[in-house]
Amino acid sequence: MGVVVQWKLLTRDLMRTTHSMDFNYQSYFFDLQWEGTARASMAAGVLTKGLCGLCQPRIVAAGYSCSGPLYATATAVKTLPLQTDSTAVTDKIQNLPLETSDFFRLSELFSLKDLFDARVHLGHKKGCRHRLMEPYLFGNRLDQDIIDLDQTMEHLQSALNFTAHIAYRGGVILFVSRRRQFGHLVESTAGDCGEYAHTRYWQGGLLTNAPIQYGPGVRLPDLIVFLSTLNNVFQQHVGVRDAAKMNIPTVGVVDSNCNPSLVTYPVPGNDDTPAAMELYCRLFKMTINRAKDKRRQMELLQGLSPAGLTPGSS
Amino acid sequence: MAASSGRTVGSFLWKCGNFCFNFNTVSSNLTRQVLSRQLCVSAVFHRKNLAAAGPEKFSEEFIKKQVEEFNIGKRHLANMMGEDPETFTQGDIDRSIAYLFPSGLFDNKAKPLMKHPDEVFPKQRAVQWGADGRPFHFLFYTGKQSYYSLMHDTFTKALAVEKHQDRLRGKGLFTQDAKQISLVGSRWLLKEELEELLVETISDHDYARFIQLMERLLSLPYCSAEEDFVQRYRRQLEIQSSKQQVQPLQYDQHGVAYSTGDGRRKTATGTVLLRDSGSGSISINGTNYVHYFPVLQDREQLMFPLHFMGVLGRFDMQCSVSGGGHSSQAGALRLAISRAMLSFLSEGQVETMRQAGLLTPDPRIKERKKPGQEGARRKFTWKKR
Repeated sequence: MGVVVQWKLLTRDLMRTTHSMDFNYQSYFFDLQWEGTARASMAAGVLTKGLCGLCQPRIVAAGYSCSGPLYATATAVKTLPLQTDSTAVTDKIQNLPLETSDFFRLSELFSLKDLFDARVHLGHKKGCRHRLMEPYLFGNRLDQDIIDLDQTMEHLQSALNFTAHIAYRGGVILFVSRRRQFGHLVESTAGDCGEYAHTRYWQGGLLTNAPIQYGPGVRLPDLIVFLSTLNNVFQQHVGVRDAAKMNIPTVGVVDSNCNPSLVTYPVPGNDDTPAAMELYCRLFKMTINRAKDKRRQMELLQGLSPAGLTPGSS
Repeated sequence: MAASSGRTVGSFLWKCGNFCFNFNTVSSNLTRQVLSRQLCVSAVFHRKNLAAAGPEKFSEEFIKKQVEEFNIGKRHLANMMGEDPETFTQGDIDRSIAYLFPSGLFDNKAKPLMKHPDEVFPKQRAVQWGADGRPFHFLFYTGKQSYYSLMHDTFTKALAVEKHQDRLRGKGLFTQDAKQISLVGSRWLLKEELEELLVETISDHDYARFIQLMERLLSLPYCSAEEDFVQRYRRQLEIQSSKQQVQPLQYDQHGVAYSTGDGRRKTATGTVLLRDSGSGSISINGTNYVHYFPVLQDREQLMFPLHFMGVLGRFDMQCSVSGGGHSSQAGALRLAISRAMLSFLSEGQVETMRQAGLLTPDPRIKERKKPGQEGARRKFTWKKR
């Protein structure tokens, strides 16, 4: 078990003051105090360790500097099933992005100010707070939880980086969200990137009983991106648990009322505001498109025909 | 695997004369599946669900082999019957098989059958993913890709229309009386028809949601831009009035127009000869109608068509009727008179008569008596002990 540092939140009822909202939002919440600075190793790390300990060891593709060994334990990247004759060129194409930390330069896609403007820092009320989300929260103002955007930046960076690597290797990415308000947006995003979406009623055995449901030889998603981890009755989406069962890595936007423990790359952030959801969809779309374009570029440079990516992907 | 309840004619013929064809029959209770590249254009109500129910049972090469064998067998059969193999139709095949293999069985599904393999083997959905395993459709992992993709497209169109409306409102050109899509004379697709279109099974709830979404699209004032899309999911209703066969008027040697009509009710049949420019006299089987129908209700039934169209004194009628009782004879004559009058009336009047129910034959017959009961409905007296 990792070290769990006790947080002590000092919340104050504030007078409404008119601060000029600069992008350094910490100065906006200057009166909130925190004790302790260490980030706890959450149950997430423990659980993924436990899960991956059970399964067969796979190739680890972690060519980026994560913020500590928190969540990125043995996240498997499945090799393409048809890569029977792995030539040196294909190996080089596959391994080149792993040598640089931010190979796809995703940090230029978003900044803290963008997150703040899209109201990503706004969480739910104090009564809705999930205990395991406390490390990600900056504080609480007028009974509303505020998510720590510094941590969000790091988590978002690692999540987008991971998504980019998966897309670069031609993996199947499934976008899941059960929020009816944003279902159409998520489906359009998936269609635009050439990936897949599931914003409808989740039938029980979609992942765990796939050969019966879809037919033998079906390929399961290599990454599942949850744009909201809750379903319509405020319980955790079944897909989170099923993906953990099937050893499929997940990226999830976890709000202050969500359980981040089973999500491989949690991204603490708001999942209720249209602005925030549009930001996430835009970021994921740009990441995936960038990664796929990069792959095509690499294959052209190395003189190969584009075999790793299907014609349908944009 | 589905159990085949038919008789394999092929093995018998093999023993007969070294013919190398196979006739297989499969009962129609198999779930029918459709190749995703070809759509089954059969009548809706004779097919069960069409979705991919399981893995492929018959491979493509097997089906191709069956088709070749069928074609060769067809030619052999034509030679056997002494007919031209080039112009041997399916009807000829059925007749030849019925001649060569006479069957005393009553059930049609149990008799020997030789049909094209496409009609015999259930069509299957081809594999939904490519060589690298990536599915073709972006909603594949939902399980019901065609249905959800349809919902997605409909909602996209609704959003586009709303955006258009907002733009018009911004410019100040929004009017409530924009051109609307005409829905008169058409109905929504039935659930079975939608299933056939989408090649997937959908539940009642899914169907209800689909209709709800389409109605929402239609409720927008500027939805006429999506008329083609909407009409794709509507079917024209048959115009009932055009079903009436109106005989042309006939003229006798004096130039007087006349027409005939016949009608049936229960077991009574009646015919009527309607003559124009008369005085309203009616004779039934040679006797006056007052003497033939002493009951007022029966005479009212006779008069009703004439009274309804307001032509009471215009026609002379010669009727003949047989069978049934007095009430059913009156009903039969009423229908016969209405049908005979059609030749004298305009289209609009024909439609009013149809809507009044004068042209509809009454289908009610005497219900049969059931065993264990005294009559059709009456049970025997119940005794407690």
